[in-house]
Amino acid sequence: MAEKKTVEKRLRNGVNVGALLEAREALKKAPQAAKFKWRASCKWQNGTHSSTKVKGFHGLGEEQKHKTEFTFSADHPEIFASEDLGATPVEYVLVGLASCLMAGVAAVAENRGIKLRSVEAKLEGAMDIQGILGIDSDVRNGFDDVKVTFNIDADATKKEIEALVAQSQKRSAVYDIVTNPTNVTVVVA
Amino acid sequence: MIGAGHAGLATSRVLGERSIDHVVLERGEVANSWRRERWDSLRLLTPNWQARLPGHRYDGDDPDGYMPMAEVIAFVSRYAAVSGAPVRTQTAVTSVTAVDGGYRVGTERGEIACRSVVLASGACNSAAVPALRAAVPDSVACVTAFDYRNPSQLPDGGVLVVGASATGVQLADEIRRSGRRVVLSVGEHVRLPRIYRGRDVLWWMEASGVWNQRYDEIDDLTRARGLPSPQLVGTPEHATLDLNTLAAAGVELVGRLSAIRDGRALFSGGLRNLFALADLKMDRLLDTFDEWVSEGARDAEVGPRERFEPTRVPFSSPLELDLRRGEIRSIVWATGFRPEYGWLHVPVLDHKGHLRHDGGGVDAPGLYAIGLPLLRRRKSTFIIGAEDDARDIVTHLARYLDQTSNRGASRA
Repeated sequence: MAEKKTVEKRLRNGVNVGALLEAREALKKAPQAAKFKWRASCKWQNGTHSSTKVKGFHGLGEEQKHKTEFTFSADHPEIFASEDLGATPVEYVLVGLASCLMAGVAAVAENRGIKLRSVEAKLEGAMDIQGILGIDSDVRNGFDDVKVTFNIDADATKKEIEALVAQSQKRSAVYDIVTNPTNVTVVVA
Repeated sequence: MIGAGHAGLATSRVLGERSIDHVVLERGEVANSWRRERWDSLRLLTPNWQARLPGHRYDGDDPDGYMPMAEVIAFVSRYAAVSGAPVRTQTAVTSVTAVDGGYRVGTERGEIACRSVVLASGACNSAAVPALRAAVPDSVACVTAFDYRNPSQLPDGGVLVVGASATGVQLADEIRRSGRRVVLSVGEHVRLPRIYRGRDVLWWMEASGVWNQRYDEIDDLTRARGLPSPQLVGTPEHATLDLNTLAAAGVELVGRLSAIRDGRALFSGGLRNLFALADLKMDRLLDTFDEWVSEGARDAEVGPRERFEPTRVPFSSPLELDLRRGEIRSIVWATGFRPEYGWLHVPVLDHKGHLRHDGGGVDAPGLYAIGLPLLRRRKSTFIIGAEDDARDIVTHLARYLDQTSNRGASRA
C-alpha cells in the first residue's frame, strides 16, 4: 500500500502532467472518447480463493490493453478457516483507494511544482463483521469507517501539503466510488 | 395483563375460561393504539372473516372486506364487553419490579402485587427512526409513521418516504394521490399480491399452513422477527399495492437511504438486487401455495396458477437528492415501530432493547409476552393469531402457578 515516488530528472515527480493536460483539452472536444470501461475477470479457484485478471479496457473510442496481464489472488485469512492464498477483497478496496490517492498526490504535486521526496500512506478500514455474518441486520456489511494517514516529505509548507492531499481526494475515482453510492447490476448469464 | 388490545383481551378471555384471577391494565381506553396511534385511512390488512378471537368473530355483512379503524375499535371494544374482561382503563403502568414470589406493578392508580405478568403492550409503541435523521436539514419537516395522520399534515411540496413496508407503500400511495411529488426509498421489502388464484393472499397464508409455522421451526428467527410487514393494503377494490403499482402512479423509487451528507440524501445503488430478492421470495411463497394445492388436489377450489410481472427497474434512479434545494419539503419515516419497555424494571432486554423470550415465555419466572412478531407462529401479530398463542401461554402460565403455589394458596 505504501509507495514511494522518487524524483526523475526531467520531471519533478515522474508524472507527465503536460500530457495529462493535453489529453484534457483534446477530450473536451471529443467527449465520447472520454467514456472508459474498466474490466476485470474473476475465476473461482477453490474455497474462498479466487483469481482476478486485468488486461483489456475500453477508452479513447477503442479497445485498449495493459502492457501485460495482471493477476490478483484473493482469499480469506486462516482465522476464517480459509487458506489465506491472497489479500481479502476488502483489502483490495484499500489497495485501490491508497494507490488512487497516491497517484493523485503525485500528479497534483507535479502540476503545482512541488518536489516530493517521499510519500507514504497507511490505510485502515474498520468493519464489524456481525454484518457479513448475518448476526445483526442493523450492522452494515462494509466498512463503517476508513482512515487514511499520509506521511509526506516534500519541498512545501504543511498547508500546501494538506492542499495536495485534499485536491487528490477531490479528483480521485476510487475515493468517489468508496464515498458515494454506485449503481450495481449483477446478472446471471 | 398489561394492555387491553386484541392480544391482551384474548389472553384475558382464556385466563377467564380457566378461572385464573387477573386484571387487565390499560393506559388509555380499550384498543388504545388503534384509536390514537394510527393514520386516518388505515384499514386492517386481514379480511374481515379473519377477525376471529377466542369466543368472538366478525359477524358483519362484508366478510371479504377490510375494516377501517373505527370498525376495528368497535370490534375490539365489543369483545372486551362481551368477554366481561376485568379491564382497568386510564391506568398506565409505571413500573414492573420482580419481588419475592412474583411482581410488584406500579400504576398511576397505585400498586398491584401479582404472581405473574403478561406483557400485551404491543409491538408498535414508538417509531424506530434511523440515527441519520439527525443530519436532515432544518428546512425539511420530519414526520414518523407514528405521528402521520393524512397528507394535509405535510407542508406543500415533495415528500421523501423512507421505507417500503406496508406502512411505507400505503403512505407513499396516499401522499402521491394528494398530488405531491413522492420519492420512495426502498430497502429490504416483502412483496405480496393482494389476490392470488382468486383468493386473498392471507387466505393462502392460513389455509396452506404457512401462518401456522412455529417459531422453533424457523431457521433464522431473529431475521424473521425483524422482517418488514408485507406490501399489502386493505381496500374495497382488493387492490395490489406493490412497487410496480406505485411506479405507475408516478412514485419515484430510489434505493435504501444510506447517508445524509451535507444536506444531500444518498441512496444505495443496490435497488435491482432488492427487487430481485423480493420477486424471488414472492415466487417461492406462491410455489409453496401451488404445491399445497397439488398435494391436496384442491385445484377446483382456486383459480388457475399465475405469476406476476417482475418489479420493473426504473429507467433512471437517482443516487442522491439535495434536501436543501426545496423540492423535498418533508420526510415521512416509515422505518418501523418498536415496543417500549421503559417501565419494565426486570433485566429481560437484550443489548438491542428486544425482549428475551422463548415463544412468549420471557426470561424471568412468571413473566410472559403476547402480540409480538412471530412470538410463537408466523401469524402471531395478526388478530387471527392471538388465540393459539394465548392458549399456549395460558397453559404454561397455569402450570407455573400450580408449581409455585403452596397448596391452597389463592391465585393472584
